[in-house]
Amino acid sequence: MEQFLQQIASGLANGAIYACVALALVMIYVSTDHINFAQGEMAMFSTYLSWQLMTWGLSFWAAFIVAVALSFVMGVVIERLILRPLHNAPVLSIIVVFIGLLAIFNSVAGAIWSYLIKEFPSPFPKSSFGIAGVIGPHQLGVVVVTLVVLGLLFVFFRYTPLGLAMRAAAQNPQMARLVGVRVDWMLALGWGLASSIGAVAGIMVAHIVYLDPNMMAGILLYAFASALVGGISNPAGAVAGGFIVGVLENMVAYAGNQIEKATGIYIIGNGEKLTVALIIVIFVLTVKPAGLFGRVVVKRV
Amino acid sequence: MASTSKKWVLGIVVLAFVVPLLKPIFPDAISDYRLFLVSTMIIASIAVLGLNLLTGFNGQFSLGHGAFYAVGAYTAAVLMDQLSVPYWATIPAAAIVCFIVGYLFGLPALKLEGHYLALATFALALAVPQILKYKWLEGLTGGVQGIVLNKPEVPFGLPLSEDQWLYYFCLVVMVILFWAAANMLNSRSGRAMMAIRDQYMAADTMGIDTALYKTVTFGISAAYTGIAGALSASAIAFVAPDSFNIFLSIKFLIGLVVGGIGSLTGSVIGGIFYVLVDNSAQALSQFVKNDLGLPFDLSAYTVFGVLLIAIIYLMPMGIAGGLFMAWRKIRGAR
Amino acid sequence: MAALLEVSGLKAFYGQTQSLYDVGFEIPTGGITTLLGANGAGKTTTLRAICNMVRTDGTVRFDGKNIRGMATEEIVRRRIAHVPEGRGTFTTLTVDENLRIAAYTRRDKQGVRDELDRVFTYFPRLKERIQQQAGTLSGGEQQMLAIARALMLKPRLMLLDEPSFGLAPLIVQEIFRILKRINEEEKVSILLVEQNAALALDLATHAYVLETGRVVMSGPSAVVKNDENVRKSYLGY
Repeated sequence: MEQFLQQIASGLANGAIYACVALALVMIYVSTDHINFAQGEMAMFSTYLSWQLMTWGLSFWAAFIVAVALSFVMGVVIERLILRPLHNAPVLSIIVVFIGLLAIFNSVAGAIWSYLIKEFPSPFPKSSFGIAGVIGPHQLGVVVVTLVVLGLLFVFFRYTPLGLAMRAAAQNPQMARLVGVRVDWMLALGWGLASSIGAVAGIMVAHIVYLDPNMMAGILLYAFASALVGGISNPAGAVAGGFIVGVLENMVAYAGNQIEKATGIYIIGNGEKLTVALIIVIFVLTVKPAGLFGRVVVKRV
Repeated sequence: MASTSKKWVLGIVVLAFVVPLLKPIFPDAISDYRLFLVSTMIIASIAVLGLNLLTGFNGQFSLGHGAFYAVGAYTAAVLMDQLSVPYWATIPAAAIVCFIVGYLFGLPALKLEGHYLALATFALALAVPQILKYKWLEGLTGGVQGIVLNKPEVPFGLPLSEDQWLYYFCLVVMVILFWAAANMLNSRSGRAMMAIRDQYMAADTMGIDTALYKTVTFGISAAYTGIAGALSASAIAFVAPDSFNIFLSIKFLIGLVVGGIGSLTGSVIGGIFYVLVDNSAQALSQFVKNDLGLPFDLSAYTVFGVLLIAIIYLMPMGIAGGLFMAWRKIRGAR
Repeated sequence: MAALLEVSGLKAFYGQTQSLYDVGFEIPTGGITTLLGANGAGKTTTLRAICNMVRTDGTVRFDGKNIRGMATEEIVRRRIAHVPEGRGTFTTLTVDENLRIAAYTRRDKQGVRDELDRVFTYFPRLKERIQQQAGTLSGGEQQMLAIARALMLKPRLMLLDEPSFGLAPLIVQEIFRILKRINEEEKVSILLVEQNAALALDLATHAYVLETGRVVMSGPSAVVKNDENVRKSYLGY
């Protein structure tokens, strides 16, 4: 039983990370109809930035804040410089550009910081935090931090004029222009925010998966699964999807483990986590493309 | 026009067959290492052609063709390792297995288009190394360790080196596959494929069985890339899960984009290109470190990434397409 | 009376297709002007051209300054409010949000609140639905919301595209009464595009008739109303 609770708790901690990356993906998707294949690598890059700042002597939280702010700038710059000129380009061109960004971020991070795996510190004190036997201090800290970030985002989008303008620009860009919203800048801000949220996820997860240029590949796949489960155009759904997928992932591995214990036959375990995500992605895409909470969008032809 | 380009192709093929025989005369220029490098270029061309058949001629995206390459490579490796099947017989076997896998993947892909198909195939590419490590398959696949194989031996006592022989083997397979692709594209089926790419609704209403064409194209495309994978297993004499990661699929994409989407010749250029860049990365890195004095280990993927973006901006038809247009302009000006 | 908006030599293009050829007209400050014409004459395009939502050529002077070629949002910020055809509302936002979005650049919270109250005096029905999603409103209510939102911009000129489209006659009458009041009480000049020519000519002081992207006739509404061609083609008697 205790093991079961542990699995759920660590599933929630992973889910918090997936929720962040999924939310970043969805934010870009709803405003531009693009799936940012480079989201994971951008988050990885942000994490290295924070690591670099820490080696230069900044404290964890100072490095965290500076890296998140730098990531915001990075997102805005990428949108303005690279994607804006392509806003009428065919889908394939956009996808190719995202893959190009992915390759650049990955290889540049490798070039600057090498491909050697690095340890990444946890800011949460080992002694006082967590619930013994159920959730460790870092895992609990991750959940708390991401919930705070998600809460701030909710308040921003729900209650501030700028958040309202960003939602309006995403929902109907032309109409938003007609009420004086500078839509191009709203899209760039959306990119900046998405990049920042990714940075939060990267910095929070690095202690668990360690720091290396390929650290986000698996997490990105899970984030895709989360976003799809929640409905790719539904931000709240993406967050819920993140937690669902996080717990589901651990439950599948846990069940596989129990089966192996009882029957001696290995079916599924930790080694198949990405495969589980792949199955979720393809299943949702083909069977329930609107996700659990999404609305079906009728496509014009 | 058509006949002159046919002559060109024939000329190049003849040249490709004759040049390696001159090895005794120019031992430095035509080394075994260079022939091996050209063999890997040939393999890359076939893989890119596979992707091009799907994306360039049928309009379906794939960011996960590395998966089919892996299936082809593993099919070949397992057959050679477990059943001692000769290397040449693994080619058709890999083609059949990959066709089936591709066809099956093409079924759910029918429901997806654009970004979503890219997403599904991207997810596939990310999951491939892990699938290859699956415990139940460990007996066959060798798990994380992979499978070590023997290089193809020179048959019939021919006076060739192993690398020379490998080169000829790859070249023959390539010529057959490109010839088949050219014929297919010129046929009724080929026109249907392209009609689906250009005008999906119209093709559907014209009575083309779009679903069948799309899934079969997926199968053929996977078979081509799978054959390339099988050849690579023989050539490198080794397969291991982690070499079939997302970056393999990105290489195919760079081959596709550099060569030109929807161009047979372009597939060759694209394949040659990515192998060249991949192989010069070390030299490039040295150059950056020693000559420019920058403390970075530049990798080929920085070049790939920058090129992918630059080409989309500057030459959306790919380098082959761009050169072709430039050539036509020059001829038109005369 | 000085002209608020002067349009001359206006051309507009959708891709390669030209749909306006040399359109010119003036809107007097404080007046209501209507553009009449058959389907495809270029009425909607003219409104879109003023706000730079299509590719254009020519001059559009607002308050003496050429605004042609400016970004749509900058034109709107000069207080030209465009109510597009087919109920322009953000369907997933609430009524309240739809109204507030128009005032998002303003810092004075009290001012925005007063503005909202004043807008509700014209559209009391919207106040009852303030927390409802715009997409769940009836057609007439959505049209009212679109006009109310335009009013939140404190416009000097309001461009209205087919406000009667698809609405029941009683609702249309109500909306037109409100437009009249807005024009008089808020001193908002109005450019109205309308299929229902009789209604439009009753409301407007001036009228222009468009045919295949050109102005073919203009004058005070009363004069245009009595023109024989206009009567036959647009009024049906």
